[in-house]
Amino acid sequence: MNTAATALIAEDEALLAHTLQCELSALWPALRVLATASDGLSAVQLALQHRPDVLFFDIRMPGQSGLEAAAELAEEWPEHHAFPLLVFVTAYDQYALAAFDAQAVDYVLKPVRADRLAQTVARLQNALHQRQPGPNTSEQLDPVLSQLRALLRASNDAAKPEAPLQLLQASVGNQLRMVPVADVLHLEAADKYVRVFTADGAEVLLRTPLKELMQRLDPQVFWQIHRGSVVRATAIESVTREESGRLSLRLKGLPTRLGVSRLYAHLFKAM
Amino acid sequence: MNLNHILAWLPADQRRPLLHRLLIVWAVALPIALATWMGHQSDGQPHHFDVSLVYSYAISTCIWVFTDVSRFVFKRLLHAQGPFYWPPALRASVMLLVGVPAGYVLGTLVGDAYAGWSTWDLWHFNPNRFAGMVVTSVAISAAFVAFFYQRAKAESLASQVTQSQLMLLQSQLEPHMLFNTLAHLRALIGHDTERALAMLDHMNDYLRTTLHASRQPLQPLGEEFSRLHDYLSLMAIRMGPRLVFELDLPPALAATLVPSFILQPLVENAIRHGLEPVVAGGRIEVQASADGTQLHLTVRDNGCGISELALAETSRPSAHGGDSPHASWGLTHVRERLHGQYGVRASMDINSVPTGGTCVVLTLPSEKPIAA
Repeated sequence: MNTAATALIAEDEALLAHTLQCELSALWPALRVLATASDGLSAVQLALQHRPDVLFFDIRMPGQSGLEAAAELAEEWPEHHAFPLLVFVTAYDQYALAAFDAQAVDYVLKPVRADRLAQTVARLQNALHQRQPGPNTSEQLDPVLSQLRALLRASNDAAKPEAPLQLLQASVGNQLRMVPVADVLHLEAADKYVRVFTADGAEVLLRTPLKELMQRLDPQVFWQIHRGSVVRATAIESVTREESGRLSLRLKGLPTRLGVSRLYAHLFKAM
Repeated sequence: MNLNHILAWLPADQRRPLLHRLLIVWAVALPIALATWMGHQSDGQPHHFDVSLVYSYAISTCIWVFTDVSRFVFKRLLHAQGPFYWPPALRASVMLLVGVPAGYVLGTLVGDAYAGWSTWDLWHFNPNRFAGMVVTSVAISAAFVAFFYQRAKAESLASQVTQSQLMLLQSQLEPHMLFNTLAHLRALIGHDTERALAMLDHMNDYLRTTLHASRQPLQPLGEEFSRLHDYLSLMAIRMGPRLVFELDLPPALAATLVPSFILQPLVENAIRHGLEPVVAGGRIEVQASADGTQLHLTVRDNGCGISELALAETSRPSAHGGDSPHASWGLTHVRERLHGQYGVRASMDINSVPTGGTCVVLTLPSEKPIAA
């Protein structure tokens, strides 16, 4: 690489973001920190805007977690650019650390120690040096995607406490609507709520974030196909590859086409 | 085959207590032997002391094997769950009803073999005497069973209490919060000594009062509020303008006793699940009030609000184990502690605030402190 390496730091505590930046500049003077984000939503926007080489993501952030931000970024990242190298920063997340170790994803612990950060810097410099300049091929993004998938699965499993849910209870006005999970075809995230579409064509709004609901559904039955979209696997009628290379699918009994994100495209391969 | 393999049916932590019980049984067998020997001396059918000794030890050891050792074997065979001091009651009573007579018969046979006569002959020429011996043996066995059962139960309860205290302490000293605070301190030390010192002071007080409170089941409301103040001050230094808090404790209520840490999980929950996810942050209010004999403790936040799913789950009594780290753990835990302490006299109400956020109200009997 001829140009200086660039980075983005996402950390909700301004002081910690500042300290990390100072420590990085001492260890890696050539690194330019393009922006600092203080929540998981602006982290994605700033990363897409600046397209840095390296991302330092805190795990627990407002808006969305560092993991979710990374997953969203992987979905939105432009094809012709190399995906950034990822380093997670965390104070203590037992499950996440186990998952990082398993997936060989780099992470540093807070409080950040200079010697530990130096190792990470050396690894990043080495990886950037070996990286082929040029367009982002699917081979380059594939390992990142499978790492992120495994991390998301691990964080979901860690929180999975009980048997799958049988019934959804949604309040509609002054009524409580009982929706059997067996009738549900499609779930769509709407801000912090979920729109539930059932086989009889009804639509119910559930005041529960999709992420929380997913922890209580059977992953064999309900497949996530996009950050904000979950479908009943047996209700999928067909999957189509569009001209852009993206996949989309159609559900039996529902008129709309649903987009499949890059992160979940691996689910749809002919047997 | 080594010893560990042979003893595989016996959990390692139960080996020493089992041996201990055998030694107690043996120690008691000696005076029993002495008593029966003296009894025989006086009733005109004298025999040697060693015969009494063999009977006493053979019978007591056999009964011990059939009642104490066998329960571990059965437990393993039946894959029984639960505390280890006793298998479920019905099976335990069946085992005792079978085990005590079987041990008695086997032990008597051993004694008979040593003495060279048959105790069963007594049945024919002195049935009263025979019945007396059987009743005495059963009574002694029953006394042993009752004694060991009480002892094991007391030990098991004590360890459960310790376990729950540890869990509570661990949940209060949440590692994520500790390490983040330390990271903050580390960053402050260099360039803002004053704030670093203030943070360190809050941290000190918070740790000290947390450790102190973890050793006592009840504490004055004033202490709970002062620890909340330290905790929220620490969080406010970290979260900056994203966290605003207000604690309202009427001085008259400061000495009222409440279960230790009863508010802390609610406040942590409000931060973790209410304010932290919201980019702009928010506000937490903690209030205490009393009407008559009832105390109301309110924790209100204007964060992202509790989901319908979590609300439905927390209002249901927890059927699951309850130690999984899910969102409503703190709430379930508080509800269970209130219930354990006060039964139906206490309650917890969780409501979504229409303008956004969550409001949790604890109602409990107001307990006046014991006059010093």
